[in-house]
Amino acid sequence: MDKSPLSVTLSGVTLQNPVVPASGCFGFGYGMAEFYDIDILGSISFKGTTRDARFGNPLPRVAECSAGLINSVGLQNPGIDAVIAEELPKMREVFHQPIIANISGFSIDEYVECCSKIDGEDQVAIIELNVSCPNVHGGGMSFGTCCESVSEVVKEVKRVITKPLYVKLTPNVTDIVAIGRSAVEAGADGLCLINTMLGMRIDLKRRQPVIANRMGGFSGPAVFPVAVRMVNQVAHACGVPVIGCGGVSTAADVIEMMMAGATAVEVGAANLINPYACKEIVEGLPAEMHRLGIDNLTDIIGIV
Amino acid sequence: MLTTNINNDFKVISNRRLTHKTWVMTLGGDTRAITAPGQFVNVAIPGKYLRRPISICDYSHERGELVLLYDVVGEGTEAMSLMAPGTTVNLLTGLGNGFSTDPSHDHPLLLGGGIGCAPLLNLARRLRTMGKSPVAVLGYNTAADSFGMERWFEEIGVEAFIATVDGSLGTKGFVTDVIREKGLPGDYFHACGPMPMLRALCTGLDIPGEVSIESRMGCGFGACVCCSVETANGAKRICKDGPVFRKEELIWK
Ligand SMILES: Cc1cc2nc3c(=O)[nH]c(=O)nc-3n(C[C@H](O)[C@H](O)[C@H](O)COP(=O)(O)OP(=O)(O)OC[C@H]3O[C@@H](n4cnc5c(N)ncnc54)[C@H](O)[C@@H]3O)c2cc1C
Ligand SMILES: Cc1cc2nc3c(=O)[nH]c(=O)nc-3n(C[C@H](O)[C@H](O)[C@H](O)COP(=O)(O)O)c2cc1C
Ligand code: FES
Repeated sequence: MDKSPLSVTLSGVTLQNPVVPASGCFGFGYGMAEFYDIDILGSISFKGTTRDARFGNPLPRVAECSAGLINSVGLQNPGIDAVIAEELPKMREVFHQPIIANISGFSIDEYVECCSKIDGEDQVAIIELNVSCPNVHGGGMSFGTCCESVSEVVKEVKRVITKPLYVKLTPNVTDIVAIGRSAVEAGADGLCLINTMLGMRIDLKRRQPVIANRMGGFSGPAVFPVAVRMVNQVAHACGVPVIGCGGVSTAADVIEMMMAGATAVEVGAANLINPYACKEIVEGLPAEMHRLGIDNLTDIIGIV
Repeated sequence: MLTTNINNDFKVISNRRLTHKTWVMTLGGDTRAITAPGQFVNVAIPGKYLRRPISICDYSHERGELVLLYDVVGEGTEAMSLMAPGTTVNLLTGLGNGFSTDPSHDHPLLLGGGIGCAPLLNLARRLRTMGKSPVAVLGYNTAADSFGMERWFEEIGVEAFIATVDGSLGTKGFVTDVIREKGLPGDYFHACGPMPMLRALCTGLDIPGEVSIESRMGCGFGACVCCSVETANGAKRICKDGPVFRKEELIWK
Protein backbone atom coordinates (compact mmCIF):
# COMPACT_ATOMS: atom_id res chain seq x y z
CA MET A 1 0.00 0.00 0.00
CA ASP A 2 1.24 3.49 -0.84
CA LYS A 3 2.19 5.62 2.07
CA SER A 4 -0.17 8.57 2.63
CA PRO A 5 1.46 11.88 1.66
CA LEU A 6 0.49 13.25 5.07
CA SER A 7 1.80 10.48 7.29
CA VAL A 8 4.90 10.87 9.42
CA THR A 9 6.81 8.53 11.73
CA LEU A 10 8.12 9.35 15.20
CA SER A 11 10.53 6.69 16.52
CA GLY A 12 8.65 3.89 14.79
CA VAL A 13 5.20 5.30 15.61
CA THR A 14 3.36 6.21 12.42
CA LEU A 15 0.85 9.06 12.59
CA GLN A 16 -1.66 9.49 9.76
CA ASN A 17 -0.76 13.18 9.73
CA PRO A 18 1.55 15.41 11.77
CA VAL A 19 -1.22 17.38 13.54
CA VAL A 20 -1.35 16.80 17.30
CA PRO A 21 -3.26 18.89 19.85
CA ALA A 22 -0.77 20.02 22.52
CA SER A 23 -1.04 19.04 26.15
CA GLY A 24 -3.40 21.14 28.23
CA CYS A 25 -5.37 22.48 25.29
CA PHE A 26 -7.50 19.44 24.45
CA GLY A 27 -8.08 17.69 27.79
CA PHE A 28 -8.29 13.95 27.18
CA GLY A 29 -9.93 14.45 23.81
CA TYR A 30 -13.40 13.15 24.56
CA GLY A 31 -14.75 16.61 25.36
CA MET A 32 -13.57 17.79 21.97
CA ALA A 33 -15.18 14.79 20.28
CA GLU A 34 -18.47 16.65 20.82
CA PHE A 35 -17.29 19.08 18.15
CA TYR A 36 -15.82 16.80 15.47
CA ASP A 37 -14.54 13.30 14.78
CA ILE A 38 -11.16 13.54 16.50
CA ASP A 39 -10.00 10.33 14.83
CA ILE A 40 -8.81 12.54 11.96
CA LEU A 41 -5.92 13.78 14.15
CA GLY A 42 -2.41 12.37 14.02
CA SER A 43 -2.28 11.92 17.78
CA ILE A 44 -3.29 13.75 20.97
CA SER A 45 -0.96 14.82 23.75
CA PHE A 46 -3.18 14.57 26.80
CA LYS A 47 -3.33 16.91 29.80
CA GLY A 48 -0.15 16.96 31.91
CA THR A 49 -0.52 14.20 34.48
CA THR A 50 1.14 13.97 37.89
CA ARG A 51 1.19 11.26 40.57
CA ASP A 52 -1.45 12.83 42.78
CA ALA A 53 -4.61 14.70 41.86
CA ARG A 54 -4.01 18.46 41.71
CA PHE A 55 -6.58 21.22 41.81
CA GLY A 56 -4.08 23.68 40.37
CA ASN A 57 -3.76 27.42 40.90
CA PRO A 58 -6.35 29.95 42.11
CA LEU A 59 -8.33 32.07 39.58
CA PRO A 60 -7.74 34.07 37.48
CA ARG A 61 -5.60 31.58 35.60
CA VAL A 62 -5.61 33.31 32.25
CA ALA A 63 -4.57 36.70 30.89
CA GLU A 64 -4.93 38.04 27.41
CA CYS A 65 -1.90 39.24 25.42
CA SER A 66 -1.33 40.50 21.90
CA ALA A 67 -1.59 37.40 19.71
CA GLY A 68 -1.58 35.04 22.65
CA LEU A 69 -2.41 34.34 26.25
CA ILE A 70 -0.79 33.60 29.57
CA ASN A 71 -2.07 30.58 31.48
CA SER A 72 -1.32 29.44 34.97
CA VAL A 73 -3.53 26.39 35.30
CA GLY A 74 -0.98 24.83 37.65
CA LEU A 75 -1.23 21.30 36.24
CA GLN A 76 -4.77 20.60 37.34
CA ASN A 77 -5.29 16.87 36.72
CA PRO A 78 -6.91 13.91 38.47
CA GLY A 79 -3.63 12.04 39.09
CA ILE A 80 -2.10 9.12 37.20
CA ASP A 81 -4.30 6.38 38.67
CA ALA A 82 -7.54 8.20 37.85
CA VAL A 83 -6.19 9.04 34.39
CA ILE A 84 -5.63 5.35 33.74
CA ALA A 85 -8.88 4.21 35.37
CA GLU A 86 -11.24 6.92 34.13
CA GLU A 87 -9.83 9.30 31.53
CA LEU A 88 -8.08 6.87 29.18
CA PRO A 89 -11.10 4.56 28.82
CA LYS A 90 -13.24 7.57 27.85
CA MET A 91 -10.53 8.74 25.47
CA ARG A 92 -10.27 5.32 23.81
CA GLU A 93 -14.00 5.29 23.08
CA VAL A 94 -13.66 8.21 20.69
CA PHE A 95 -9.99 8.13 19.68
CA HIS A 96 -8.25 5.22 18.00
CA GLN A 97 -4.93 6.76 16.97
CA PRO A 98 -1.64 6.59 18.90
CA ILE A 99 -1.75 8.63 22.14
CA ILE A 100 1.04 10.81 23.49
CA ALA A 101 1.09 10.71 27.30
CA ASN A 102 2.24 14.03 28.79
CA ILE A 103 3.75 13.36 32.21
CA SER A 104 4.80 15.95 34.76
CA GLY A 105 6.46 15.62 38.10
CA PHE A 106 7.98 17.50 40.97
CA SER A 107 10.60 14.86 41.81
CA ILE A 108 12.43 12.12 39.93
CA ASP A 109 10.50 9.49 41.88
CA GLU A 110 7.24 11.01 40.72
CA TYR A 111 8.27 11.00 37.05
CA VAL A 112 9.48 7.42 37.33
CA GLU A 113 6.30 6.22 39.02
CA CYS A 114 3.96 7.95 36.54
CA CYS A 115 5.93 6.88 33.49
CA SER A 116 6.16 3.25 34.52
CA LYS A 117 2.40 3.19 35.12
CA ILE A 118 1.48 4.82 31.81
CA ASP A 119 3.99 2.73 29.86
CA GLY A 120 1.77 -0.31 30.25
CA GLU A 121 -1.29 1.34 28.73
CA ASP A 122 -2.54 0.27 25.31
CA GLN A 123 -2.62 2.97 22.70
CA VAL A 124 -0.11 5.12 24.60
CA ALA A 125 2.60 5.19 21.94
CA ILE A 126 4.93 7.91 23.16
CA ILE A 127 5.67 9.30 26.59
CA GLU A 128 6.21 13.06 26.58
CA LEU A 129 8.09 14.26 29.62
CA ASN A 130 7.16 17.80 30.64
CA VAL A 131 10.32 19.00 32.38
CA SER A 132 9.08 22.55 32.94
CA CYS A 133 7.96 21.78 36.49
CA PRO A 134 9.90 22.98 39.50
CA ASN A 135 12.05 20.30 41.16
CA VAL A 136 11.03 20.31 44.82
CA HIS A 137 14.38 18.74 45.73
CA GLY A 138 16.35 21.21 43.63
CA GLY A 139 15.45 24.47 45.30
CA GLY A 140 12.35 24.81 43.12
CA MET A 141 14.31 25.29 39.92
CA SER A 142 12.64 23.77 36.88
CA PHE A 143 14.06 20.38 35.84
CA GLY A 144 14.26 21.56 32.28
CA THR A 145 16.53 24.54 32.89
CA CYS A 146 19.65 22.58 33.72
CA CYS A 147 21.48 19.88 31.76
CA GLU A 148 22.25 17.73 34.82
CA SER A 149 18.67 17.50 36.08
CA VAL A 150 17.29 16.79 32.60
CA SER A 151 19.86 14.09 32.13
CA GLU A 152 19.14 12.53 35.50
CA VAL A 153 15.36 12.40 35.06
CA VAL A 154 15.66 10.98 31.53
CA LYS A 155 18.05 8.23 32.66
CA GLU A 156 15.82 7.19 35.54
CA VAL A 157 12.66 7.18 33.44
CA LYS A 158 14.29 5.27 30.57
CA ARG A 159 15.11 2.47 33.01
CA VAL A 160 11.43 1.74 33.65
CA ILE A 161 9.73 2.26 30.27
CA THR A 162 9.63 0.44 26.95
CA LYS A 163 7.97 3.11 24.81
CA PRO A 164 9.73 6.02 23.07
CA LEU A 165 10.49 8.91 25.41
CA TYR A 166 10.19 12.49 24.12
CA VAL A 167 11.39 15.28 26.37
CA LYS A 168 9.35 18.48 26.14
CA LEU A 169 11.75 21.37 26.46
CA THR A 170 11.12 24.69 28.11
CA PRO A 171 12.19 27.77 26.12
CA ASN A 172 13.06 29.61 29.35
CA VAL A 173 16.76 28.75 29.11
CA THR A 174 19.90 30.37 27.75
CA ASP A 175 20.91 27.45 25.52
CA ILE A 176 18.12 25.13 24.45
CA VAL A 177 20.46 23.11 22.23
CA ALA A 178 22.61 22.18 25.23
CA ILE A 179 19.55 21.00 27.15
CA GLY A 180 18.31 19.03 24.14
CA ARG A 181 21.69 17.36 23.73
CA SER A 182 21.77 16.36 27.40
CA ALA A 183 18.35 14.77 27.05
CA VAL A 184 19.41 12.83 23.96
CA GLU A 185 22.71 11.71 25.51
CA ALA A 186 20.74 10.45 28.52
CA GLY A 187 18.58 8.35 26.21
CA ALA A 188 15.68 10.49 24.99
CA ASP A 189 14.26 9.12 21.73
CA GLY A 190 12.99 12.50 20.62
CA LEU A 191 12.32 16.07 21.72
CA CYS A 192 9.24 18.27 21.79
CA LEU A 193 9.49 22.05 21.86
CA ILE A 194 8.52 24.59 22.95
CA ASN A 195 6.57 24.69 26.17
CA THR A 196 5.25 28.11 27.24
CA MET A 197 7.45 31.15 27.88
CA LEU A 198 7.22 32.70 31.34
CA GLY A 199 5.19 35.88 31.15
CA MET A 200 3.25 38.37 33.22
CA ARG A 201 0.50 40.96 32.75
CA ILE A 202 -0.53 43.71 35.15
CA ASP A 203 -4.05 45.03 35.66
CA LEU A 204 -3.41 48.77 35.55
CA LYS A 205 -6.55 49.74 37.45
CA ARG A 206 -6.06 47.24 40.28
CA ARG A 207 -2.25 47.65 40.23
CA GLN A 208 -2.00 43.89 40.59
CA PRO A 209 -0.90 41.02 38.36
CA VAL A 210 -3.82 39.78 36.24
CA ILE A 211 -2.93 36.16 37.06
CA ALA A 212 -3.54 35.18 40.69
CA ASN A 213 -0.23 33.29 40.68
CA ARG A 214 1.51 36.48 39.37
CA MET A 215 3.12 34.83 36.33
CA GLY A 216 2.25 32.10 33.90
CA GLY A 217 3.08 30.51 30.58
CA PHE A 218 2.83 32.67 27.49
CA SER A 219 1.85 30.99 24.22
CA GLY A 220 -0.06 31.55 21.01
CA PRO A 221 0.87 33.03 17.59
CA ALA A 222 3.17 35.58 19.25
CA VAL A 223 5.68 32.85 20.17
CA PHE A 224 5.67 31.15 16.75
CA PRO A 225 8.92 32.77 15.46
CA VAL A 226 10.72 31.84 18.67
CA ALA A 227 9.47 28.26 18.40
CA VAL A 228 10.48 27.96 14.75
CA ARG A 229 13.96 29.22 15.58
CA MET A 230 14.40 26.83 18.50
CA VAL A 231 13.03 23.84 16.57
CA ASN A 232 15.45 24.65 13.76
CA GLN A 233 18.46 24.83 16.06
CA VAL A 234 17.56 21.74 18.07
CA ALA A 235 16.50 19.57 15.14
CA HIS A 236 19.78 20.14 13.34
CA ALA A 237 21.95 19.73 16.41
CA CYS A 238 20.38 16.80 18.25
CA GLY A 239 19.86 14.06 15.67
CA VAL A 240 16.49 12.80 16.98
CA PRO A 241 12.94 13.45 15.75
CA VAL A 242 11.43 16.70 16.98
CA ILE A 243 7.80 17.57 17.66
CA GLY A 244 7.47 21.30 16.94
CA CYS A 245 5.11 23.34 19.08
CA GLY A 246 4.39 26.99 19.78
CA GLY A 247 1.96 29.34 18.08
CA VAL A 248 0.90 26.99 15.31
CA SER A 249 -2.53 28.04 14.03
CA THR A 250 -2.71 27.14 10.32
CA ALA A 251 -1.68 24.47 7.82
CA ALA A 252 1.00 26.87 6.55
CA ASP A 253 2.40 27.11 10.09
CA VAL A 254 2.60 23.30 10.22
CA ILE A 255 4.61 23.28 7.02
CA GLU A 256 6.90 26.03 8.32
CA MET A 257 7.54 24.05 11.52
CA MET A 258 8.31 20.96 9.47
CA MET A 259 10.69 22.82 7.17
CA ALA A 260 12.39 24.06 10.33
CA GLY A 261 12.94 20.46 11.42
CA ALA A 262 9.78 19.13 13.05
CA THR A 263 8.51 15.65 12.18
CA ALA A 264 5.16 16.27 13.87
CA VAL A 265 3.54 19.47 15.09
CA GLU A 266 1.56 20.24 18.22
CA VAL A 267 -1.18 22.85 18.32
CA GLY A 268 -2.02 24.46 21.65
CA ALA A 269 -3.65 27.84 22.10
CA ALA A 270 -5.29 27.80 18.65
CA ASN A 271 -7.71 25.12 19.91
CA LEU A 272 -8.88 27.44 22.67
CA ILE A 273 -10.10 30.23 20.43
CA ASN A 274 -11.49 27.86 17.81
CA PRO A 275 -12.47 24.34 18.87
CA TYR A 276 -12.26 23.25 15.22
CA ALA A 277 -8.69 24.57 14.75
CA CYS A 278 -6.98 21.17 14.39
CA LYS A 279 -9.70 19.87 12.09
CA GLU A 280 -9.29 22.90 9.85
CA ILE A 281 -5.51 22.45 9.84
CA VAL A 282 -5.74 18.75 8.92
CA GLU A 283 -8.25 19.51 6.17
CA GLY A 284 -6.20 22.46 4.94
CA LEU A 285 -2.91 20.57 4.61
CA PRO A 286 -3.46 18.94 1.18
CA ALA A 287 -4.32 22.27 -0.49
CA GLU A 288 -1.40 23.98 1.19
CA MET A 289 0.95 21.20 0.08
CA HIS A 290 -0.38 21.44 -3.45
CA ARG A 291 0.11 25.20 -3.46
CA LEU A 292 3.73 24.79 -2.35
CA GLY A 293 4.49 21.83 -4.59
CA ILE A 294 4.97 19.36 -1.74
CA ASP A 295 4.22 15.71 -2.60
CA ASN A 296 4.98 14.13 0.75
CA LEU A 297 5.29 15.95 4.04
CA THR A 298 8.28 13.82 4.97
CA ASP A 299 10.18 15.41 2.06
CA ILE A 300 10.28 18.80 3.76
CA ILE A 301 11.30 17.85 7.31
CA GLY A 302 14.31 19.97 8.22
CA ILE A 303 15.03 21.15 4.67
CA VAL A 304 15.81 24.62 5.99
CA MET B 1 -22.17 12.57 20.68
CA LEU B 2 -21.58 15.23 18.07
CA THR B 3 -23.17 18.61 18.77
CA THR B 4 -24.30 21.14 16.17
CA ASN B 5 -21.51 23.35 14.85
CA ILE B 6 -20.91 25.92 17.59
CA ASN B 7 -18.61 28.21 15.59
CA ASN B 8 -20.77 30.52 13.48
CA ASP B 9 -20.65 33.90 11.84
CA PHE B 10 -23.48 36.19 12.85
CA LYS B 11 -24.51 39.58 11.46
CA VAL B 12 -25.22 42.54 13.71
CA ILE B 13 -28.86 43.50 13.21
CA SER B 14 -28.89 46.34 15.72
CA ASN B 15 -26.59 47.66 18.41
CA ARG B 16 -27.95 50.32 20.71
CA ARG B 17 -26.83 52.20 23.78
CA LEU B 18 -29.24 51.90 26.73
CA THR B 19 -27.43 53.70 29.56
CA HIS B 20 -24.07 55.33 30.25
CA LYS B 21 -22.49 51.85 30.12
CA THR B 22 -24.98 49.23 28.95
CA TRP B 23 -25.63 48.27 25.31
CA VAL B 24 -27.96 45.83 23.62
CA MET B 25 -26.99 43.99 20.45
CA THR B 26 -29.22 41.81 18.30
CA LEU B 27 -27.47 39.35 16.01
CA GLY B 28 -28.74 37.11 13.24
CA GLY B 29 -27.29 33.69 12.45
CA ASP B 30 -27.39 30.00 13.24
CA THR B 31 -28.67 29.72 16.81
CA ARG B 32 -29.24 25.95 16.75
CA ALA B 33 -26.49 25.09 19.21
CA ILE B 34 -28.31 27.04 21.94
CA THR B 35 -30.37 24.69 24.07
CA ALA B 36 -31.11 26.42 27.39
CA PRO B 37 -31.57 29.86 28.92
CA GLY B 38 -28.47 30.95 30.86
CA GLN B 39 -26.04 29.64 28.25
CA PHE B 40 -23.52 32.07 26.83
CA VAL B 41 -21.69 32.90 23.63
CA ASN B 42 -17.98 33.61 23.24
CA VAL B 43 -17.51 36.63 21.02
CA ALA B 44 -14.47 36.99 18.75
CA ILE B 45 -13.19 40.56 18.80
CA PRO B 46 -11.00 41.58 15.84
CA GLY B 47 -7.49 42.29 17.10
CA LYS B 48 -8.03 40.51 20.44
CA TYR B 49 -6.75 36.99 20.95
CA LEU B 50 -9.26 35.75 23.52
CA ARG B 51 -12.97 35.78 22.98
CA ARG B 52 -15.36 37.64 25.31
CA PRO B 53 -17.98 35.53 27.11
CA ILE B 54 -21.43 37.17 27.09
CA SER B 55 -24.68 35.63 28.35
CA ILE B 56 -27.50 35.02 25.93
CA CYS B 57 -30.17 37.47 27.06
CA ASP B 58 -32.76 36.16 24.64
CA TYR B 59 -32.91 34.08 21.46
CA SER B 60 -35.29 32.71 18.92
CA HIS B 61 -34.56 29.69 16.77
CA GLU B 62 -37.46 30.62 14.47
CA ARG B 63 -36.03 34.03 13.67
CA GLY B 64 -32.39 32.91 13.95
CA GLU B 65 -31.68 35.78 16.32
CA LEU B 66 -30.05 36.32 19.64
CA VAL B 67 -29.81 39.29 21.95
CA LEU B 68 -26.80 40.28 24.05
CA LEU B 69 -26.85 42.87 26.81
CA TYR B 70 -23.40 44.09 27.67
CA ASP B 71 -21.58 46.65 29.77
CA VAL B 72 -18.67 48.47 28.19
CA VAL B 73 -15.90 47.84 30.72
CA GLY B 74 -12.74 47.45 28.63
CA GLU B 75 -11.31 47.28 25.16
CA GLY B 76 -13.22 44.21 24.01
CA THR B 77 -16.67 45.40 24.99
CA GLU B 78 -15.78 48.89 23.74
CA ALA B 79 -15.04 47.30 20.34
CA MET B 80 -18.42 45.54 20.49
CA SER B 81 -20.14 48.88 21.01
CA LEU B 82 -18.61 50.13 17.76
CA MET B 83 -19.96 47.25 15.64
CA ALA B 84 -22.42 48.73 13.17
CA PRO B 85 -25.44 46.85 11.80
CA GLY B 86 -24.26 44.52 9.03
CA THR B 87 -20.92 43.76 10.73
CA THR B 88 -19.98 40.08 10.77
CA VAL B 89 -19.20 38.72 14.25
CA ASN B 90 -17.87 35.24 14.90
CA LEU B 91 -19.44 33.52 17.91
CA LEU B 92 -19.11 30.24 19.70
CA THR B 93 -22.71 29.60 20.68
CA GLY B 94 -24.60 27.43 23.13
CA LEU B 95 -21.82 27.32 25.72
CA GLY B 96 -22.37 26.23 29.30
CA ASN B 97 -25.12 24.28 31.01
CA GLY B 98 -27.71 27.04 31.44
CA PHE B 99 -30.46 27.34 34.03
CA SER B 100 -32.47 24.31 35.02
CA THR B 101 -36.18 24.60 34.41
CA ASP B 102 -37.18 21.92 36.88
CA PRO B 103 -40.91 21.32 36.48
CA SER B 104 -41.47 20.93 40.22
CA HIS B 105 -41.12 24.65 41.01
CA ASP B 106 -44.18 26.80 40.34
CA HIS B 107 -43.05 30.17 41.73
CA PRO B 108 -39.46 30.78 40.67
CA LEU B 109 -37.76 34.02 41.69
CA LEU B 110 -35.49 35.49 39.02
CA LEU B 111 -32.89 37.60 40.81
CA GLY B 112 -30.52 39.79 38.82
CA GLY B 113 -27.80 42.23 39.77
CA GLY B 114 -26.76 44.80 37.17
CA ILE B 115 -25.77 43.25 33.86
CA GLY B 116 -26.47 39.89 35.54
CA CYS B 117 -30.14 40.51 34.81
CA ALA B 118 -29.43 39.66 31.15
CA PRO B 119 -29.81 35.85 31.09
CA LEU B 120 -32.99 35.99 33.20
CA LEU B 121 -35.10 37.29 30.33
CA ASN B 122 -35.00 34.16 28.22
CA LEU B 123 -35.37 32.10 31.37
CA ALA B 124 -38.56 34.01 32.18
CA ARG B 125 -39.84 33.36 28.67
CA ARG B 126 -39.11 29.65 28.99
CA LEU B 127 -40.75 29.41 32.42
CA ARG B 128 -43.86 31.21 31.16
CA THR B 129 -44.28 28.77 28.27
CA MET B 130 -44.05 25.99 30.84
CA GLY B 131 -46.99 27.56 32.70
CA LYS B 132 -44.94 28.77 35.68
CA SER B 133 -45.41 32.08 37.48
CA PRO B 134 -41.97 33.60 37.80
CA VAL B 135 -41.34 37.01 39.38
CA ALA B 136 -38.21 39.04 38.62
CA VAL B 137 -36.28 41.29 40.96
CA LEU B 138 -33.66 43.49 39.33
CA GLY B 139 -30.99 45.16 41.43
CA TYR B 140 -28.87 48.15 40.41
CA ASN B 141 -26.55 50.55 42.17
CA THR B 142 -28.48 53.59 41.07
CA ALA B 143 -31.33 54.64 38.76
CA ALA B 144 -28.89 55.64 36.02
CA ASP B 145 -27.73 52.01 35.73
CA SER B 146 -31.22 50.63 35.11
CA PHE B 147 -31.78 49.82 31.45
CA GLY B 148 -35.53 49.48 31.50
CA MET B 149 -35.48 45.71 31.55
CA GLU B 150 -38.56 45.54 33.75
CA ARG B 151 -40.63 46.44 30.67
CA TRP B 152 -39.16 43.51 28.72
CA PHE B 153 -40.26 41.18 31.51
CA GLU B 154 -43.70 42.77 31.62
CA GLU B 155 -44.10 42.23 27.86
CA ILE B 156 -43.93 38.51 28.47
CA GLY B 157 -46.26 38.69 31.46
CA VAL B 158 -43.68 38.58 34.22
CA GLU B 159 -43.86 41.11 37.03
CA ALA B 160 -40.50 42.77 37.70
CA PHE B 161 -39.48 44.77 40.78
CA ILE B 162 -36.45 47.02 41.07
CA ALA B 163 -34.04 47.65 43.92
CA THR B 164 -31.32 50.30 43.93
CA VAL B 165 -28.62 50.57 46.55
CA ASP B 166 -29.09 54.35 46.82
CA GLY B 167 -32.88 54.22 46.65
CA SER B 168 -33.05 56.37 43.50
CA LEU B 169 -35.39 53.84 41.84
CA GLY B 170 -37.68 51.17 43.30
CA THR B 171 -36.98 49.75 46.73
CA LYS B 172 -33.89 51.11 48.51
CA GLY B 173 -31.48 48.29 49.16
CA PHE B 174 -30.80 44.89 47.63
CA VAL B 175 -32.94 42.30 45.86
CA THR B 176 -33.32 40.51 49.20
CA ASP B 177 -34.93 43.68 50.61
CA VAL B 178 -37.53 43.57 47.82
CA ILE B 179 -38.33 39.92 48.51
CA ARG B 180 -38.84 40.72 52.20
CA GLU B 181 -40.72 44.01 51.68
CA LYS B 182 -43.11 42.64 49.04
CA GLY B 183 -43.39 39.24 50.73
CA LEU B 184 -42.71 37.55 47.38
CA PRO B 185 -43.63 33.88 47.41
CA GLY B 186 -40.85 31.83 45.90
CA ASP B 187 -40.14 28.13 45.91
CA TYR B 188 -36.86 28.37 43.96
CA PHE B 189 -34.46 31.09 42.89
CA HIS B 190 -32.38 31.58 39.75
CA ALA B 191 -29.79 34.33 40.13
CA CYS B 192 -27.03 36.06 38.24
CA GLY B 193 -25.03 39.08 39.35
CA PRO B 194 -21.94 40.16 41.24
CA MET B 195 -20.37 37.63 43.62
CA PRO B 196 -21.28 39.47 46.88
CA MET B 197 -24.93 39.38 45.82
CA LEU B 198 -24.77 35.68 44.92
CA ARG B 199 -23.08 34.90 48.20
CA ALA B 200 -25.80 36.76 50.10
CA LEU B 201 -28.49 34.80 48.25
CA CYS B 202 -26.85 31.39 48.60
CA THR B 203 -26.13 31.83 52.28
CA GLY B 204 -29.21 33.90 53.18
CA LEU B 205 -32.29 32.67 51.26
CA ASP B 206 -33.77 29.54 52.75
CA ILE B 207 -35.31 28.26 49.52
CA PRO B 208 -33.37 26.10 47.05
CA GLY B 209 -31.83 27.84 44.11
CA GLU B 210 -29.08 28.17 41.58
CA VAL B 211 -26.71 30.94 40.54
CA SER B 212 -24.72 31.79 37.43
CA ILE B 213 -21.10 32.74 38.14
CA GLU B 214 -18.29 34.09 35.97
CA SER B 215 -14.53 34.00 35.67
CA ARG B 216 -11.92 34.86 33.10
CA MET B 217 -11.92 32.19 30.46
CA GLY B 218 -9.39 30.70 28.11
CA CYS B 219 -11.69 28.73 25.82
CA GLY B 220 -15.26 28.77 27.13
CA PHE B 221 -15.98 25.17 26.09
CA GLY B 222 -14.16 23.00 28.61
CA ALA B 223 -10.75 22.40 27.03
CA CYS B 224 -8.25 24.37 29.11
CA VAL B 225 -9.45 24.31 32.74
CA CYS B 226 -8.58 28.01 33.07
CA CYS B 227 -11.94 28.53 34.81
CA SER B 228 -12.01 25.79 37.47
CA VAL B 229 -13.69 26.29 40.83
CA GLU B 230 -13.62 23.95 43.76
CA THR B 231 -17.18 22.86 44.53
CA ALA B 232 -18.75 20.46 46.98
CA ASN B 233 -18.55 17.91 44.15
CA GLY B 234 -14.89 18.51 43.28
CA ALA B 235 -13.30 20.73 40.66
CA LYS B 236 -15.76 22.07 38.09
CA ARG B 237 -15.25 24.17 34.97
CA ILE B 238 -17.35 27.31 35.12
CA CYS B 239 -17.63 27.38 31.32
CA LYS B 240 -18.70 23.78 30.79
CA ASP B 241 -20.07 22.32 34.05
CA GLY B 242 -21.47 25.81 34.82
CA PRO B 243 -21.86 28.73 34.63
CA VAL B 244 -24.97 27.80 36.63
CA PHE B 245 -24.43 25.90 39.89
CA ARG B 246 -26.90 24.80 42.55
CA LYS B 247 -26.40 26.86 45.69
CA GLU B 248 -25.28 23.88 47.76
CA GLU B 249 -22.55 23.06 45.22
CA LEU B 250 -20.69 26.33 45.78
CA ILE B 251 -18.25 26.77 48.61
CA TRP B 252 -18.24 30.28 50.10
CA LYS B 253 -14.94 30.88 51.87
C1 LIG C 1 -20.35 33.17 31.53
C2 LIG C 1 -20.19 34.67 31.48
C3 LIG C 1 -21.26 35.45 31.06
C4 LIG C 1 -21.10 36.83 30.97
N1 LIG C 1 -22.18 37.55 30.55
C5 LIG C 1 -22.06 38.88 30.40
C6 LIG C 1 -23.15 39.65 29.90
O1 LIG C 1 -24.22 39.12 29.57
N2 LIG C 1 -22.97 40.98 29.75
C7 LIG C 1 -21.79 41.60 30.10
O2 LIG C 1 -21.69 42.81 29.95
N3 LIG C 1 -20.76 40.90 30.59
C8 LIG C 1 -20.85 39.56 30.74
N4 LIG C 1 -19.78 38.83 31.23
C9 LIG C 1 -18.55 39.56 31.55
C10 LIG C 1 -17.78 39.85 30.27
O3 LIG C 1 -17.24 38.65 29.77
C11 LIG C 1 -16.62 40.83 30.51
O4 LIG C 1 -17.13 42.04 30.97
C12 LIG C 1 -15.83 41.06 29.24
O5 LIG C 1 -15.12 39.89 28.88
C13 LIG C 1 -14.85 42.21 29.41
O6 LIG C 1 -14.07 42.33 28.23
P1 LIG C 1 -13.29 43.70 27.93
O7 LIG C 1 -12.31 43.41 26.86
O8 LIG C 1 -14.23 44.79 27.70
O9 LIG C 1 -12.55 44.00 29.32
P2 LIG C 1 -11.02 43.84 29.69
O10 LIG C 1 -10.94 44.06 31.15
O11 LIG C 1 -10.17 44.67 28.81
O12 LIG C 1 -10.75 42.32 29.38
C14 LIG C 1 -9.48 41.72 29.54
C15 LIG C 1 -9.66 40.22 29.63
O13 LIG C 1 -10.31 39.85 30.85
C16 LIG C 1 -11.53 39.18 30.61
N5 LIG C 1 -12.54 39.67 31.56
C17 LIG C 1 -12.60 40.92 32.09
N6 LIG C 1 -13.67 41.00 32.92
C18 LIG C 1 -14.27 39.80 32.92
C19 LIG C 1 -15.41 39.26 33.58
N7 LIG C 1 -16.16 40.00 34.41
N8 LIG C 1 -15.74 37.97 33.33
C20 LIG C 1 -15.02 37.21 32.50
N9 LIG C 1 -13.91 37.67 31.85
C21 LIG C 1 -13.55 38.95 32.06
C22 LIG C 1 -11.87 39.51 29.18
O14 LIG C 1 -12.68 38.51 28.58
C23 LIG C 1 -10.51 39.60 28.54
O15 LIG C 1 -9.99 38.32 28.27
C24 LIG C 1 -19.89 37.46 31.34
C25 LIG C 1 -18.82 36.67 31.76
C26 LIG C 1 -18.95 35.29 31.83
C27 LIG C 1 -17.79 34.47 32.27
C1 LIG D 1 -4.07 26.33 29.01
C2 LIG D 1 -2.78 25.62 28.72
C3 LIG D 1 -2.43 24.50 29.47
C4 LIG D 1 -1.22 23.81 29.22
N1 LIG D 1 -0.92 22.69 29.94
C5 LIG D 1 0.21 21.99 29.65
C6 LIG D 1 0.52 20.77 30.32
O1 LIG D 1 -0.23 20.30 31.17
N2 LIG D 1 1.68 20.12 30.00
C7 LIG D 1 2.53 20.60 29.04
O2 LIG D 1 3.54 19.97 28.75
N3 LIG D 1 2.25 21.75 28.37
C8 LIG D 1 1.13 22.45 28.66
N4 LIG D 1 0.84 23.60 27.97
C9 LIG D 1 1.78 24.07 26.93
C10 LIG D 1 1.30 23.65 25.54
O3 LIG D 1 1.21 22.25 25.44
C11 LIG D 1 2.26 24.20 24.46
O4 LIG D 1 3.53 23.64 24.65
C12 LIG D 1 2.40 25.71 24.51
O5 LIG D 1 1.17 26.31 24.84
C13 LIG D 1 2.89 26.30 23.19
O6 LIG D 1 2.00 26.03 22.14
P1 LIG D 1 0.88 27.08 21.62
O7 LIG D 1 1.58 28.37 21.35
O8 LIG D 1 0.33 26.43 20.40
O9 LIG D 1 -0.11 27.22 22.72
C14 LIG D 1 -0.35 24.30 28.21
C15 LIG D 1 -0.72 25.43 27.47
C16 LIG D 1 -1.91 26.08 27.70
C17 LIG D 1 -2.26 27.29 26.88
S1 FES E 1 -12.35 28.43 29.95
FE1 FES E 1 -11.35 26.70 29.13
S2 FES E 1 -12.17 25.15 30.38
FE2 FES E 1 -13.32 26.84 30.97
